[in-house]
Amino acid sequence: MSQRNFAILAILVAAAVLGAFLLIRQEYLFVAGYIVLQYVVLATAWNILGGYMGYINFGAAAFFAMGAYGTVVIQKLFPMPPMIVLIIAGGIIAGVVGLVMGYLTLRLRGAFFAIATLALAVVLQTLITNWGFVGGSRGAYIVRPPQAPLLETYVQYLFLVMLVLSVLALITARAIERSRLGYGFATIRDDELAAESSGVPTLKLKLIATTLSGAMMGMAGAPFPYYINYLDPGSGFNLAFAINAIAMPVIGGTTSWLGPLIGAVLLGSIQQYATVAISSAADLSNLIVGVLLVLFVIIAPHGIVGMFRRSARGPGH
Amino acid sequence: MDFPFELLINAVIAGLLLGGFYAAVTVGISLSFGMLDIVNIAHPAFIIVGSYIAYILNVTYGFDPILSAIVVLPLFYALGWAIYQIYYHSFEKRGRDSMRGFSFFFGLLFIAEVSLILVFGVDYRYVEARYVGPAIHFGFVDLPYRMMVPCAVSLLMFAALQLFIKRTFIGRAILAVSQDQLALQLMAVDPVRIKRIAFALSIATASIAGACLIVIQPLEPSVGREYIGRVFAIAVLGGLNSLPGTLVGAILLGVIESITATFYGPSWAPAVAFGCLLLTLAFRPAGLFGR
Repeated sequence: MSQRNFAILAILVAAAVLGAFLLIRQEYLFVAGYIVLQYVVLATAWNILGGYMGYINFGAAAFFAMGAYGTVVIQKLFPMPPMIVLIIAGGIIAGVVGLVMGYLTLRLRGAFFAIATLALAVVLQTLITNWGFVGGSRGAYIVRPPQAPLLETYVQYLFLVMLVLSVLALITARAIERSRLGYGFATIRDDELAAESSGVPTLKLKLIATTLSGAMMGMAGAPFPYYINYLDPGSGFNLAFAINAIAMPVIGGTTSWLGPLIGAVLLGSIQQYATVAISSAADLSNLIVGVLLVLFVIIAPHGIVGMFRRSARGPGH
Repeated sequence: MDFPFELLINAVIAGLLLGGFYAAVTVGISLSFGMLDIVNIAHPAFIIVGSYIAYILNVTYGFDPILSAIVVLPLFYALGWAIYQIYYHSFEKRGRDSMRGFSFFFGLLFIAEVSLILVFGVDYRYVEARYVGPAIHFGFVDLPYRMMVPCAVSLLMFAALQLFIKRTFIGRAILAVSQDQLALQLMAVDPVRIKRIAFALSIATASIAGACLIVIQPLEPSVGREYIGRVFAIAVLGGLNSLPGTLVGAILLGVIESITATFYGPSWAPAVAFGCLLLTLAFRPAGLFGR
């Protein structure tokens, strides 16, 4: 399928989802759907660095929080900013953080890179916790605009925003996969030393991947303060974001754009269902994710997509 | 303004005691990550599990937390043995797919932490023992037993491990497997068996480190996260595969953290550990004593 046809198809599917949700007229669907879509963006963003290039980022929550706190800062300085400005700003802030992280960790591979991302997340969280302007450890309240643009309620509007972001993220991921950039990432994943000696600009590619992946996570975080109305470091830097951003692509399959999508929709829906069906669900849904992650990496190392690919090719491959 | 020397000296001494304890927390990582190249990011979570076991035995039977940690040591050894079996058969044997190995331990970390939250909730728990309350005073210097006992126990465990590694056949084999696995095979030693023992030992240290931790401070399950940065910072600072290096790194970080907490407030302390880690990784990835 050509890039353009895929984009049209993605937009049609998204429109169908929105239409179906509007027909059902269940406000809760939008509340839960927002979180699932947010995970689609986060998982896709994580997969650009983690799946395509093989560099594991334990600090997805920090990039997400950069976007969210970017919104807090902007709306403290200028009341009622338009959503598009917030999303672009979140993308730029988190992208710059990604670029800096890329520079700091250029010499690191494998485990050391992963640990450095975790360290970066905690340093950023400590900075935010001690920064009074954005509320410090007490957190900050964010007032939603009185009227929702385009749709009836503000939650529906936020859902639409995240739907657009998801479509953009998936189109970007698929485009990368089939471009020189994506092949470059794959050479780094398979053998960085060999890639470098055959003339692949590994340094440049790494910086592109950390920046792009970070920026997408920041964009996913930008509308978040409006969604929860109140943002503190604990909710912005929630470790659940970090583990879901890893678990969803790994469970879905890391080699293509489809894996993070499947993983995010599946795991996200299970967690949202658990939230409604069972009490003390936040912890329980984390447990579900942890158990599924461990089971999948042991039993199905290529994720759900890998399971189908292998059976499609038949035995012996 | 007078520089508060008394405060500084107290902070340094508290940091030294804390550093001794950090050595016990990190020694497991030095073994698993430093020597075996297994990124056991879940190690701090196992330490917290150790803390809670010490807590249960202390609250229900009134056992001394550190003695009960020694009693359950074999259980932790067995746990480590089992985890290595799974790790070896699912990841190490299949080749160099490190991403899934990470995810495995990251998942274990979450399972351990969330299970503890589901069973015990997020209230802070603490233990009762004769040495938890009192302190010795030398002039203006305070030496709380709450810090001194864990520090002493940690250093003892550390020394025992160092002796084990330097003096026994298996210990030397662990060192050898960290340097050249193939050479070990040529000497007719099974590297997988040696690694299994070493990994089981690394998890066993979590039992004692956990008991020390709950003596030092009341804790809840997510406290373990703070220690992820700390243990890796110390292990990397110390140059990964040397236990004496780990001890120096632990004491260094303990002192720096304690001084930061005293002069700038405890909310900045976590940034110190992770900041040190980031800077070391960025500028001296081989550690302070690396070549």
